[in-house]
Amino acid sequence: MATTDTEVKELIKREYEHGFVTEIEADTFEPGLNEDVIRRLSKVKQEPEFMLEWRLKAYRRWLEMDDPTWAHVDYPEIDYNAISYYSAPKKQEDMPQSLDEVDPELLRTYEKLGIPLHEREKLAGVAVDAVFDSVSVATTFKEQLAEAGVIFCPISEAVQKYPELVEKYLGSVVPAGDNFFAALNSAVFSDGSFVYIPKGVRCPLELSTYFRINAANTGQFERTLIVADEGSYVSYLEGCTAPMRDENQLHAAVVELVALGDAQIKYSTVQNWYPGDEHGKGGIYNFVTKRGACLGKNSKISWTQVETGSAVTWKYPSCILKGENSVGEFYSVALTHNYQQADTGTKMIHLGKNTRSTIISKGISAGRSSNAYRGLVKFQPGAEGARNYTQCDSLLIGDRCGAHTFPYIESKNKSAIVEHEATTSKVSDEQMFLCRQRGIDPEQAVSMIVNGFCKEVFKELPMEFAVEAGKLLEVSLEGSVG
Amino acid sequence: MLSIKNLHASVEGEEILKGINLEIKAGEVHAIMGPNGSGKSTLSQVLAGNETFEVTEGEVTLNGENLLEQETEERAREGVFLAFQYPVEIPGVSNLQFLRTAVNAKRKHRGEEELNAAEFMKLAKDVSRQVDLDPSFLKRGVNEGFSGGEKKRNEILQALLLEPKLAILDETDSGLDIDALKVVSDGVNALRSEDRAILMVTHYQRLLNHIVPDYVHVLAGGRIIKSGGRELALELEEKGYGWLGVKDDDASN
Ligand SMILES: Nc1ncnc2c1ncn2[C@@H]1O[C@H](COP(=O)(O)OP(=O)(O)OP(=O)(O)O)[C@@H](O)[C@H]1O
Ligand SMILES: [Mg+2]
Repeated sequence: MATTDTEVKELIKREYEHGFVTEIEADTFEPGLNEDVIRRLSKVKQEPEFMLEWRLKAYRRWLEMDDPTWAHVDYPEIDYNAISYYSAPKKQEDMPQSLDEVDPELLRTYEKLGIPLHEREKLAGVAVDAVFDSVSVATTFKEQLAEAGVIFCPISEAVQKYPELVEKYLGSVVPAGDNFFAALNSAVFSDGSFVYIPKGVRCPLELSTYFRINAANTGQFERTLIVADEGSYVSYLEGCTAPMRDENQLHAAVVELVALGDAQIKYSTVQNWYPGDEHGKGGIYNFVTKRGACLGKNSKISWTQVETGSAVTWKYPSCILKGENSVGEFYSVALTHNYQQADTGTKMIHLGKNTRSTIISKGISAGRSSNAYRGLVKFQPGAEGARNYTQCDSLLIGDRCGAHTFPYIESKNKSAIVEHEATTSKVSDEQMFLCRQRGIDPEQAVSMIVNGFCKEVFKELPMEFAVEAGKLLEVSLEGSVG
Repeated sequence: MLSIKNLHASVEGEEILKGINLEIKAGEVHAIMGPNGSGKSTLSQVLAGNETFEVTEGEVTLNGENLLEQETEERAREGVFLAFQYPVEIPGVSNLQFLRTAVNAKRKHRGEEELNAAEFMKLAKDVSRQVDLDPSFLKRGVNEGFSGGEKKRNEILQALLLEPKLAILDETDSGLDIDALKVVSDGVNALRSEDRAILMVTHYQRLLNHIVPDYVHVLAGGRIIKSGGRELALELEEKGYGWLGVKDDDASN
């Protein structure tokens, strides 16, 4: 345990301090996608038969589907046969040793951020499951969690060790055929995390995962599954960064949350994938399906996200509120700069009686970027007395960027109540002048104003994440004034 | 300390300031009075570096340094402070954070150690009591939902914290009740010092009962048309601006 622990810390530290394009000998599949690739993948990962069947079924569904075109984003067609579907680092000893190939620009950025992983690690009580490319390298704090009966491990391990749990819940919230990217992910998902909190257990640690896309042209398809059994509680943090590359990279993840009766899941994300340069070159295509199901009475799922990265983001963390009195929450800050495009929002599907949902979305656009909020609130006939409160605020910096709001409301129950508020504001010249007149740097002023705008969301984040999110905004906004 | 020579400034091609000349020495308090729209706020904003206004002619120096060459934030760190006639709100940014950032920007500029949150909190609480603002205002967003009078007291709070060399107070007395006027005046009097100059825009002679100015100037149509001592204010109160050849409601010159 102790050794694994140190190893992970070392690994993570090195990864961030050193090369962002990590030169390691990787076991990488040739680019291309067909049934044989999936069979090979499943075999390398020593999966039970049901898993392979599940993947193949998803693959066949995917073949019949088309790229979604409805989002308010624009990107060149992706050649799925040009992507490699498996890449694993061979040995930990092969990890980077030299600083030489690091882009100083990127190092500077991380210096400013204060190396997030490193920082967070110091905060005792955070367990880290580091996903390095496709394979989870190690999981820490396993024993402490095991004592509480909590299962927290790479999903590939869960497939082998807890096949009944995986078979029962995998795809139960996001079915393989749900959408184009979910189908692709189901067919080829490489790794991710699995969490199970037993009945009545309050998870003793905040669980945390770091994903990192390293090898060039490797699509990353993580799969995360969190199951909170009756009366349990878990807070899960997800942080993402990626190396700077000229070519675009694909990230198509699926996250499924299941909350049984009286259970609570709090899922927080700070996403800082590489957004591309100031001319719009490179960057991550982030197409993610995140969905939680409040199955039991009085269950609760909260999504909190801070999105500053990616060239193109397509992401709608959603809640299916089935259990009576269940609660869904979505708190989001999405910042776009330069040529970034974000189309994000949420879906709250009210099925049960007296279900409640809250949506607070803060969109910030700078440069020539485009930022769209897309939200659906749906009340099914059984949603007696259900309520939703939605607040969408947009903040514009400069006059070449855009903000769009697409709220959709569908109600099949007359007793359901929706409240919707939306505002668009600008960082005003008067505000800037006030700050500068008090001696504050223009860049610092913008970041302060933006942070103030995001306050309602930041207060939902765990403390250390809130601090980082603030810094992240500051770095992301660089060059947005003047 | 402050020297303004033949200052002309315009906005959207229209000339507002038409040759202002003014000398203020350290330790002095000058009051500027004048009809609505005569250019009092414009002068204040131009001195603070608001880029909305274009300086077309003239020069301004502060302790011999050319002020017009400096960015707004540099002027501020060098000691120019403007209390706004209409303070703007910055939602979600706590007053405390805003003030600490400002104070630390200035301290850094002077090569002084920055204050940590605890040190600053103590200082800010003391000063907020001095202007009769409950310390709970420090936690609220900058001017967010403040009443008119609270905003003005918040401006004086900032002046006291930032210890400027040149304090420009644009109608800091407007909209104050009698008690608040006393509090604000006490604040301004506390600012008065040997090495500080104060330029105070006001419409009311009653303020000058509390803060006795060394000089009073009348600004009309973009020019200073009359200067005098304390008694000029009394005379204006009695006679209005008419006798100076300006109409009382002359807003456009
Ligand atoms: N941003 C602006 N755009 C257009 N005109 C402006 C602007 N700012 C000021 N002005 C004009 O300049 C003139 C002087 O305005 P200023 O605010 O300096 O007057 P003032 O003396 O402070 O008046 P008051 O006593 O009402 O505060 C006015 O006619 C005003 O309309
Ligand atoms: Mg004015």
